[in-house]
Amino acid sequence: MNYNDRLSGNEAIAFAMKQIDPDVMAAFPITPSTEIPQYFAQYVANGEVNTEYVPVESEHSSMSACIGAQAAGARAVTATSSAGLALMYEMMYVASSSRLPITLACVNRALTGPININNDHSDSMGIRDAGWIQIYAENNQEAYDNFLQAMPIGEHPDVRLPVMICQDGFITSHALENITLLDTESVKAFVGEYNPENYLLKKENPLAIGPYDLGCHYMEHKIQQAESMKFAKERILEVAAEFEKISGRKYGLFEEYQMEDAEVALVLIGSSAGTAKAAVEELREQGVKAGLIKIRVFRPFPAEEIAEALKNVKAVAIMDKAESFSAQGGPLFAEVRSALYDLESRPKAVGYVYGLGGRDITPQHFQGVYGRLLDIAKGGDLGPVYTHLGQRG
Amino acid sequence: MELERTYHFKKTLEKKERFAPGHRLCAGCGAGIAVRGVLRALNEEDRAVIGNATGCLEVSSFLYPYTAYEDSYIHTAFESAGASLSGVEAAYNALKRKGKVKDTVKFITFGGDGGTYDIGFQSLSGAMERGHDLTYVCYDNEAYMNTGIQRSSSTPRFASATTSPAGSVVPGKKQNKKNLTDIIAAHNVPYVAQTTFIGNFRDLYTKARKAIYTPGATFLNVMAPCPRGWEYPAEMLPEICRLAVETCVWPLFEVENGVWRLSYEPKKKLPVEEYLRMQGRFRHMFKPGNEWMIEAAQKSVDENWEKLLAKCLG
Repeated sequence: MNYNDRLSGNEAIAFAMKQIDPDVMAAFPITPSTEIPQYFAQYVANGEVNTEYVPVESEHSSMSACIGAQAAGARAVTATSSAGLALMYEMMYVASSSRLPITLACVNRALTGPININNDHSDSMGIRDAGWIQIYAENNQEAYDNFLQAMPIGEHPDVRLPVMICQDGFITSHALENITLLDTESVKAFVGEYNPENYLLKKENPLAIGPYDLGCHYMEHKIQQAESMKFAKERILEVAAEFEKISGRKYGLFEEYQMEDAEVALVLIGSSAGTAKAAVEELREQGVKAGLIKIRVFRPFPAEEIAEALKNVKAVAIMDKAESFSAQGGPLFAEVRSALYDLESRPKAVGYVYGLGGRDITPQHFQGVYGRLLDIAKGGDLGPVYTHLGQRG
Repeated sequence: MELERTYHFKKTLEKKERFAPGHRLCAGCGAGIAVRGVLRALNEEDRAVIGNATGCLEVSSFLYPYTAYEDSYIHTAFESAGASLSGVEAAYNALKRKGKVKDTVKFITFGGDGGTYDIGFQSLSGAMERGHDLTYVCYDNEAYMNTGIQRSSSTPRFASATTSPAGSVVPGKKQNKKNLTDIIAAHNVPYVAQTTFIGNFRDLYTKARKAIYTPGATFLNVMAPCPRGWEYPAEMLPEICRLAVETCVWPLFEVENGVWRLSYEPKKKLPVEEYLRMQGRFRHMFKPGNEWMIEAAQKSVDENWEKLLAKCLG
């Protein structure tokens, strides 16, 4: 039975964890994800979950403990942000290469230098090639729904990859929204039991994990990971279809908003989609054929599907909430522009880096971008393809 | 559980090996001896999950697709052995509560001094403080041997290592060895001990049994010489261990529920010179004009020994 409640994004994730009742949670507090282990520790203290809670002394250790727990045959979860995710960097590769479907709630926050606690995507984008599935949310509802889908995706025998469920720090993690929750019985039935084929604590068959690979095996192991990531796309869609049956909410690899006849479009990730949709609405009222693609799944990257969705667009702006210091645009821009390459006739593409360290983005900003795209669509000058948006002066 | 009071050397050696031959450690290496000796202390009917920090032991005992361990084994990274085994132990508690695991499983993790005194110190401290039911065993060979004998905080003063070489100006490592056993004892865990390979292995065996079967987090520090880093002929390993103990360079002791106990007191404490002389890493200390180094080394050993005696007798 679905029911409504008013929860912050962090509460929604903690509540999803409580409904799932994982075997082990290991976490270390860091703003803005701190509330997740706090809520969860209270569930443990109140006997509302059956989880072993490991209050580790760092994020490096939280990921290490999750790896140990998941390898032992348990379902392990953690949460982090920013520098915490950066400290996990080494262990993120160990988790994915050991094929351990750990679930991590990432509350996106800018990386330090200078220290900043507000939202951008530099943390999870910095770790995008670590072999984790990455799913992003626009709002609290999506954060909750995505978290419930993580384990059925990652634990599938042909996937066996860890999953990162991302949401925007403070913007969704701390804002209250009315969201629809599933009853715990339905969640448990949907997520199911974790029954890996091999694990450390299996009596019948001792297992060794974490070998030294010589050159004769390392590459084969990496290709197996890569093949699983390819298959994950199919599995993500299967799980989304199953989830729709119990929730009535439909999910894909990305959301297409007003794209059927769009001539100009934006591609972006996360909560800014809500702001961009407001801009699209206003432009549509003025007769402008504006559309929007909101990326839900960044890893595996849905390249063919995005190319298909953009093939009739004349000009597209790809919006990164992270700098990559490549001197030619952010990571999303690089991926999307590359995806367009195989089209017979390609839209013109420009990239923007915006919203760093929590810098506000408004419908007016997006209208300005659409205005530029309309000029380009009419044959105007493309101009610089890599610029920033929302900065002072 | 009640541990046996008598030690039967032959009966102990007849127990089934849990660290199989065919690993690729060097001849005369202490790491493999430490692992065999510690795992021999397990009850034969008990299962174990063995953890390991990155290091010589790891790259020599689990080269894909061959493992030297009869038990389940996990290696994750250099600095994460304490945390990873914490996670395994947490999973065991959860799965046992849910009835998914029924029998007894013990948790033992091995790290060299690099993975224990230095890069893995934080995760070790965390695991000890949280009190997971596991045993952390440091095989202490007093330098980063796997990467080629670089100094660690466990390397003794004056030892020549590749990042603290003895030269015409600098006399090897400038700092004294960190006293990790004391630091772990200060975590107030129920059992901490220091041992090495002596005689019939009674000391190692009984301490390993206590460590493994004392509920809670326990720590064993095992001096495990390295023939390449210490520069000795492989067959001299037992003699080096004996001299480490007889000179009080590496005293044998245990701390059980806060009570310090000396395991062995040499009848006649030998001069540290006898221990140093056997190892190439201290060669420069015996050059004319460097007598002060041997004096300083002796002074440091004497001070530490007096401090230990005070704790054990006080």
